[in-house]
Parts: sequence; structure tokens; C-alpha cells
Amino acid sequence: MTTTTKPASAVAAPRGQRPNAGALALRQGRLEITQFLRSRESVVFTMGFPIIMILIFASIFDGTIGGGVKFTQYFITGMIATGLMTVSFQNLGIWIPIERDRGVLKRYRGTPMPKWVWFAGKVIMVVAIGIAETALLLAVAVALFDLDLPGTAGKWFTFGWVAVLGVTACTLCGIAISSLARTARSGSAVVTPVALVLQFISGVFFVFTDLPTWMQQVAALFPLKWMCQGLRSVFLPESFGAQEPGGSFELGRVAVVLALWCVIGVVLCLTTFRWTTKRDG
Amino acid sequence: MDDELAISVRGLRKAYGDNVAVAGVDLDVHRGEVFALLGPNGAGKTTTVEILEGYRHRDAGEVSVLGADPAHPDADWRSRVGIVLQGTGEFDELTVAEVIRHFSGFYPDADDPDKVIERVGLADKAKARTHTLSGGQKRRLDVALGIIGRPELLFLDEPTTGFDPEARREFWELIRDLAAAGTTIVLTTHYLDEAEALADRVGVIAGGRLVEVAAPNRLGNRQEALATVSWRTPDGTLESAQSATPTALVADLATRFGGEVPGLTVTRPTLEDVYLKMIGHAR
Repeated sequence: MTTTTKPASAVAAPRGQRPNAGALALRQGRLEITQFLRSRESVVFTMGFPIIMILIFASIFDGTIGGGVKFTQYFITGMIATGLMTVSFQNLGIWIPIERDRGVLKRYRGTPMPKWVWFAGKVIMVVAIGIAETALLLAVAVALFDLDLPGTAGKWFTFGWVAVLGVTACTLCGIAISSLARTARSGSAVVTPVALVLQFISGVFFVFTDLPTWMQQVAALFPLKWMCQGLRSVFLPESFGAQEPGGSFELGRVAVVLALWCVIGVVLCLTTFRWTTKRDG
Repeated sequence: MDDELAISVRGLRKAYGDNVAVAGVDLDVHRGEVFALLGPNGAGKTTTVEILEGYRHRDAGEVSVLGADPAHPDADWRSRVGIVLQGTGEFDELTVAEVIRHFSGFYPDADDPDKVIERVGLADKAKARTHTLSGGQKRRLDVALGIIGRPELLFLDEPTTGFDPEARREFWELIRDLAAAGTTIVLTTHYLDEAEALADRVGVIAGGRLVEVAAPNRLGNRQEALATVSWRTPDGTLESAQSATPTALVADLATRFGGEVPGLTVTRPTLEDVYLKMIGHAR
């Protein structure tokens, strides 16, 4: 490199330090959050949808479902789980194909940014928006529908780990399913039906045990059912556990299934993720 | 490998199914050189360049870019290579300054974002959301992101598509500045005047093959090519002759006509003539 045909100030200039990867991830997260908040559709769709659903459902159905539990309380726990899935699974499954189609991902790949920084940025965005959305949902539910917040540290702890495991699994699956969409527009067509079907069969809109047994069994293969069940153990009375399909809230099984989906998600991401569209090499 | 070479390619091949995009390309680009890959659409320009950029994998051949194999790019290599892709990657929700500043953070020795914005002529658009930019302005943003890391080697894939004539001239100045500072530049274009104005050497690519590599004024032995002398005979028909010594022929004609030769022209092939002949042969 010492012999050059032309004066080579760009070549000879001393190279600075490699940027700190942790700082890069935080910057990436901040950028993702900015982009999310500035995109009106995603704010309305992701943040607004669960709240609108709560307002509608809670106004329509006001009966009790046994064990002294109002349907509203039951439904709110389902909507919190749905909100967590929307912000991770649907949000990523719809937006990543758009960014891939626009060439944004290809452009990132052309820079020295470590690959994981981009994923970290998405995760930071999901976590931040997820926390904000859950807080908003809780506030609305407490203010309008007398939702009882968890009374013990143990319940808050359960809330924490169910949310973290659930969001992790849904984030990984959202990144994985993004590779199924061939164009920017098809992301939503791929993800929305999956999400909607899961909501119907996982006990979000209906009481889970009222569903046909085969439907319950299908739902039990996917994470949303277990997220709902885990959250019911947090927000509904202990005694309600007896009315769950397994005779209890089965927190051990909740943890195992959600953890398994994290593993499946990681494997799918590692084997299927694409930085460019198919037509683009 | 030769230290003076920024890029060395031997026997490069790439096919998509049955469609052979690159059919055996050999190419050397020297450090500090401005090299233009000229060719019609579908000739294999973008495939070749994207293999050199580390985006596509080749089927066969040896490739070295800045001393490394681009099929396995690492962060250090990436920070020395600037890329302006053909398609733009748009960040609709962000402003010009936000995007450029963000990308500057990826590089160990990045240029000052404000300076780069100024340099590509987007100073009055710095605070505009990128989706409000015109096609030419988006292209300038692409160029800004390509040079923000102060690359040793800059790839530009059809960089001036969508530029008006004035913007092209400004862009050419920018490329000349970068070249003068020692940046090696590889650009693809289908504009002959762009290749002629910017490149030290031009490689003409057609049908996946490099049909010739030469300085723009020597392409197709343009300088040694026979001149065409044409004139009108007394009965009005146009006559022409190819000649290595056109001056002698004109003097001879002048004697024959006893002075002025009607309709006299002396031409040599333009770059365009030479180019069209070359890509015509390759088809």
C-alpha cells in the first residue's frame, strides 16, 4: 500500500477507532423508535388497535364468566397479550419486508455496521414501544374498567417474565416470517391473517374454555394462548385457575412453550433471514 | 497480489439459472484510478459490480478487492469501501441530515456529515424528510452515504440517472475532487459522455464479457482508425473513401476539382460509433 499512482491522502489518513458496538446498538434503537413514531400508520395500528378493541368489547360484553370474574377483566388480559404480539410479531413482519423492498437492508449491509446491531435496534424499538403500549392499555383499563393491578411482587414478576418471553418469541417469529413476504405490500397479507386467527383461537375475543376442544389444541401449539394464560394468572383471582383447561394456570408449561418458540424463532431467523429481495440476489 | 491494484478479477463468471450474466471477465483497476464500466442494460455491469461489492456470490473466478475476497467481507474491509447502489434505499421517515449523521456513526474515520451534505449539494434540503426529495436529490443522498466513510474505493452504479445536465456537471466535479484526493473510483454508466469525461480507462462490457479496456480516446483504436473522406461528384452523387492519409486525399481532390471540393467532409469514428460497433459485435 506504500506505492500509489496518485497522491493518496484518503488512503494515508490515520484510521480512527472502530465505533463502540454497544453505542451503535443504542443509536440504532433510537433511530428505529424515531422512524416508528413518525410513521402514522404504525402508531395508529400498533398502539391504537388494542385500545380501540378494549373500548368496543368492554362496552358490548359486560357479563361475568364465572368465579366472580367479569368478561372485561378476562378480555383485557387477552388484549395485553395481543398488544405485545402486535408490537413485535406484526410490527416486524409488516415493516421488515417494506425496508427490504426499499433497499434499506441492502444499504445497511454495505456498511461496516455489525449485523447484530440492526437486529438489536429492532429489539430496542419493540421493547420500548411494547412497554409504552402496555402502560397505556393498563391505564385505560384501570381508569375505565376497574382493572385490578397485580397486588404482589410475585405477580409483577410473573407479568415480567411472561411478557419478556412472549415478546422475545414473537419478535423472533416476526423477523422470521418477514422473509416469506416477497414484496413490500405482501408483508401485511402474510402476517395479519396469522395474527387474527391466533387471536380468535387463543382466547382473546372469547373465553378460551368455551372454544371447541380441537381449536384449543391447535392454539396450544402457538405462543399467544400461553401468553394469555400467563397474564390471566397475573390479573385474575387465584381461584380462576381451576377453570383453565389444565385445571391451573400451568405457569411451568407457559414458560416451557414460550421458551421453545424462542428457540424455534432463532433457528428460523438464522436459516431464512434475507438482507435483499429474491430478485435482488 | 500487486499492491498497486485496488481490484483484480480473473475468469469471473455468474449465471442466474440458464441466464449467464457474467461470462468470464478479467479486470484490473489500479489504485487512484477512475474506471468506468460502460455497457448497455443487461450487459452484466451491475452483477459484476455487486460481486465486487460483496453483495453477490460468484460461480467461478478469482476476485480481490483491496487485497481481500469480497465474498467474505469483514467490517474493516466494509469501512474502506463506499457503495452507491443502483436502487436507492429510502428512509422515508427521516431527514437528510439524520440519515447521513446516522450512517457516519458506522465508520471509524467518517467525514463531517455537514461537510458531506454541503458537498453533494443538499445543504438547503438537510432538514427535509427524504421522501420529499426529487429523484436527482435522492441520488445525491445515495452518493453522500457512499462517501461519508471516506472510502479508499468507491463504487457508483449508474450514479447520474435522473440528473439534469447541470446536476451531472456538479456531480462530475465531485467525482474529480474525490479522484484527486486519491480515491479509487469504479463507476458503471451507459452514458458515453460520462465515461469520457471522468474515466482514466473505460471497460466496455457486453453480453457478460469485457470486450475492450482502454483510455476513452483510445477505445477501439479510435485514433488510428481510418478517416472517412466524402465529397460530391460533378453529377451530384455522394462519394466517400476510407483513408489512412486523408490530407493527401483531400489535396488530390482539390487538384482534380481545380479548387473547392463540393460537400467535403473528413470524419473519424466518434466514441459512440466505436462503442456501438463493439456492443453490436458482442451481441
